[in-house]
Amino acid sequence: METLHFIMGNLPMIGERTIEHLSIVSVAVGVAILTGVPIGIAITRNQSAADTVLYLGSIVMTIPSIALFGVLIPLLSKIGHGIGYLPAVIAAMLYAQLPIVRNTYTAIRNIDPALRSAAMGMGMSTLQRLWRVEIPLAMPVIIAGVRISVVVNIGVTAIAAYIGAGGLGTFISRGISQTDVRQLLTGALALALLAIVADTALLWLQRRLAPKGPAVRP
Amino acid sequence: MIRLDALTKVYHTSHGDVASVSNVTLEVPEGATCVLLGPSGCGKTTTLRMINRLVTPTSGRITIAGRDTGSVDPVALRRTIGYVIQQIGLFPNMTVAQNIGVVPRLLGWDAARTRKRAEELLAMLALDPGEFLDRYPSELSGGQAQRVGVARALAADPPVLLMDEPFGAVDPVNREVIQDEFLRMQKALRKTVLFVSHDIDEAVKMADCIAIFRAGKLEQFAPPDELLGRPANDFVRGFVGSDRTLKRLRRIAVSEVMGAPNGAGAGPTVSTTDDLRRVATLFLEHGVDALPCVDESGRVVGTVTRAAVATRLGAR
Repeated sequence: METLHFIMGNLPMIGERTIEHLSIVSVAVGVAILTGVPIGIAITRNQSAADTVLYLGSIVMTIPSIALFGVLIPLLSKIGHGIGYLPAVIAAMLYAQLPIVRNTYTAIRNIDPALRSAAMGMGMSTLQRLWRVEIPLAMPVIIAGVRISVVVNIGVTAIAAYIGAGGLGTFISRGISQTDVRQLLTGALALALLAIVADTALLWLQRRLAPKGPAVRP
Repeated sequence: MIRLDALTKVYHTSHGDVASVSNVTLEVPEGATCVLLGPSGCGKTTTLRMINRLVTPTSGRITIAGRDTGSVDPVALRRTIGYVIQQIGLFPNMTVAQNIGVVPRLLGWDAARTRKRAEELLAMLALDPGEFLDRYPSELSGGQAQRVGVARALAADPPVLLMDEPFGAVDPVNREVIQDEFLRMQKALRKTVLFVSHDIDEAVKMADCIAIFRAGKLEQFAPPDELLGRPANDFVRGFVGSDRTLKRLRRIAVSEVMGAPNGAGAGPTVSTTDDLRRVATLFLEHGVDALPCVDESGRVVGTVTRAAVATRLGAR
């Protein structure tokens, strides 16, 4: 009940921190899409490059986020951004890479070779084949990777509150330091809700972008 | 006209070099259907894929209408060659109309002309355009999908059509139907067709000339009647089967063996456009030695006799 009062009394601040949170997540995932999708496509052409990239990606995924911030702070303080927005975005972007790269790679690799053969035989150039056939067919699986990245990043960004990046994690960090259950619960509820809403929205998008017909629906 | 000149493809493998196609020379006249026939792994598909340069020849030359295909940009070359594969390979993210429109779009046709062409082709392949244009490939049966595959290959009206076991995945009943449709269409379109098959019956039915392959080598290149009548060697003889004479009957028309009317009486008749399978069937069923032949109007114009058939079959 107290928590509810706190929430109702602080709606503008909750909104503000949600926007902060989303801005870190969306910039990080945006950059991860712009880099991860081309990387995922590029490594389908070379098995050993693929193995290396996916191995590096999974190493990054295993590093605990608080440890990654620990590494980034001294590095980025050299350019005056040791704490705050930039390290949060960079860490989140690194965590977002693997699901996007891996899903893009897998989706492109799994396209029926007959389709590639037909596309080439009809006179599509490599780029035309990618744009008109391979990427549209891979899209649902790529979006599934984006979904994983977004959900992971909402969690990572919550921890970034400890390095002064703002966002919904601030409620939790303050709740802990001030032993304030109201703030703690507000942060936890808002984060859970945000993750669920984002995941559902992307699932909807994933279905929207799936090629028509029951045979190919994921 | 398509000419293959000492065409060779060698693959470098860990067990040394393997010649998938070696020194194949043949010439397919304009408007003819040539079937590349042979057991699997004989190099027929590799030969076909060298023509649209999906496979680069190790040596030798391919010319289409006098133009060396090695001197043309492969992507541009492929847009002038229709290509149908056994797996069909319709793009599942595109409608039937969009699939058929792929090459026209690559060639820069406008949307209205592309759609009109798709309608035209579907109608020609006995698919109702109103019903099928906006369907997705997953909503088609196997036979319908393969018809769309053929329509897609014909979209930009290419002079040459390459077909890699195009009807192999269609059930036997539908295969007969789709083969007949294709023959009827080919009669009107007169494309130069190269058709890969492993089925001798299909080859005899479809081909103006048959190229039999074994282990990358061309064993015999001849019209079906000659191939069946005079196999070049034991391999060809074995491949065409012991009933090769029966198979020949399909490709010989009554008009080729018909003699003057001899006033044979009532009973069964054959049309001048029938093939000798029907004649042989009637000979056996009715125990007769001669049958009157009638033209389209039902008028008796000649006679076909057992002796004439035997002469025709033994003549080569």
